[in-house]
Amino acid sequence: MDGEILIEARHLSRRYGPTLAVSDVSLTLRKGEILGLLGPNGAGKSTTMKMLCGCLSPSQGEVLINGQSMQAKPEAAKRSLGYLPEQPPLYPEFNVDEYLGYCAGLHGISRAERAAAVTRAKQACGLTHMAKRNIANLSKGYQQRVGLAQAIIHRPPVIVLDEPTVGLDPIQIQEIRALIKALGREHSVILSSHILPEIQAVCSRVAIIDKGRIVFAEAMDVIQRESFGSIVLGLRRPPDLAALSALPEIIGVEALGEQHFRLRCAREADPREAIVAEAARDDWGLIELRPEVRTLEEIFIEKTSGDVLAEAA
Amino acid sequence: MGNTLTIASAEFRRIFVSPLAWAVLAVLQIIAGYVFAVTLYQISANPTALNDFLGVSDYVGANIFGFMTVLYLLVMPLMTMRAFSEERKSGSITLLFSAPVSLSQIVLGKFMGLFGFMLVMLLLVALMPLSLMFSTDLDLGRIAAGLFGLLLMLMAFGAAGLFVSTLTKEPTIAAIGGFGLLLLVWLVNVMAYQEGAYAEVFKQISLLSHYENLRRGVFNTSDVTYYLLFCALFLWGSVQRLDMERN
Repeated sequence: MDGEILIEARHLSRRYGPTLAVSDVSLTLRKGEILGLLGPNGAGKSTTMKMLCGCLSPSQGEVLINGQSMQAKPEAAKRSLGYLPEQPPLYPEFNVDEYLGYCAGLHGISRAERAAAVTRAKQACGLTHMAKRNIANLSKGYQQRVGLAQAIIHRPPVIVLDEPTVGLDPIQIQEIRALIKALGREHSVILSSHILPEIQAVCSRVAIIDKGRIVFAEAMDVIQRESFGSIVLGLRRPPDLAALSALPEIIGVEALGEQHFRLRCAREADPREAIVAEAARDDWGLIELRPEVRTLEEIFIEKTSGDVLAEAA
Repeated sequence: MGNTLTIASAEFRRIFVSPLAWAVLAVLQIIAGYVFAVTLYQISANPTALNDFLGVSDYVGANIFGFMTVLYLLVMPLMTMRAFSEERKSGSITLLFSAPVSLSQIVLGKFMGLFGFMLVMLLLVALMPLSLMFSTDLDLGRIAAGLFGLLLMLMAFGAAGLFVSTLTKEPTIAAIGGFGLLLLVWLVNVMAYQEGAYAEVFKQISLLSHYENLRRGVFNTSDVTYYLLFCALFLWGSVQRLDMERN
């Protein structure tokens, strides 16, 4: 997947007075990728997104959107950008059509094409039947959709969404996720969320931010691949540990009790079949064989609770 | 330019979908109408007040226009308070900040939207002296100069109000701050009548003294320049303030 690079952030840092909110964050996003930005509250997700969108100047570093520098040519860079902030930037006194028409105009869509762009955005976000309603009278979920429609109305190559599914009901969440996935095929999308299954369902890459730093960045298919580092094995009549460590591709054995063991495997290896064959031949009484796949949740907790563990130790 | 007009027309619409604009127009109209009626009553009670040098246009125009400057001073901060404060409070300012428009286009767009509202306010006031056209000969030039002066004054109020609105998140603070700033620049005029080396300087700074000529129908380039510079200064200040916010 070697699409053109649409977002490039180089060594971004941001200070609020003495507080360092974001420190040395670098991101690259190609066309057709959806990056999930994860992190506990106050980790610097929103600050990073504001910097990507030019709403906040980085104290250090540089942002390139579609090859244009946000610092040197903000208007050219913002032309390729759609942004839904945490709080949707709505004018409550406008109705949906008026508001979206205004947004289309702001993003330089010519008068003749505005109506078509508004219709398209409304259809994409399921707003067609709300077109004449005042935004102030819409429910939170619909307001969120209007915010999303605003971010995609000009079909920008880069879309930045700060917690796009907050306040939506489960059906709306499904719809919005499907929409984001569809957008991700043609555009580059960055979205932030605390909801891990959401990131898992939608994103092609994940970055975890903690205390202003990127502590983990990996492609989703690598995380979800059937690769595992260890196997939990349950045996009724276990042999001694030496026999277990003699199994092929096994580099370490740890007893978890009388009948359970954790076997650490060599990288990229799958010794399950060999273990079953060995257990059957030597009559170990195999009752459990379970690969330990790391879930996103485990990675998240491991990467973001460093302080807690350090204090406990 | 296109962006500025887009922002301006949206701003104009937003002003007129809010009840505040209609309330302001209604109150202004009632008060102006009262002053107009009283002025006419005075003329009819004492017609000899008018002579070859002081016509109906001067008398009526001077009374109403002079009175309107005070009213505008009171209401313009209310009209400008929302411009940036409220948008910042509700977060909608992000829409403008993340759109491909420059800060000067944003500020200018807001100002032009407000300018549309000023024209509506002036039109409603202008109708009163103009209604006398059916019964007497008016010096339209003088009335036009008076209205033009009022417009310049409104623009100055608007620019200063917008600037104060960029300073705070709270619309009410923007209103009281804007009112304070305007009143201060207005009252500088008082110092102009004190004996002192700087009397002339104070006179030149004051918002009020530059209006006097225009009200009398004298179109003086220096007065017009004063108001335009005043606007430019505060609009520039607004752009600077918004730029600071991102850093």
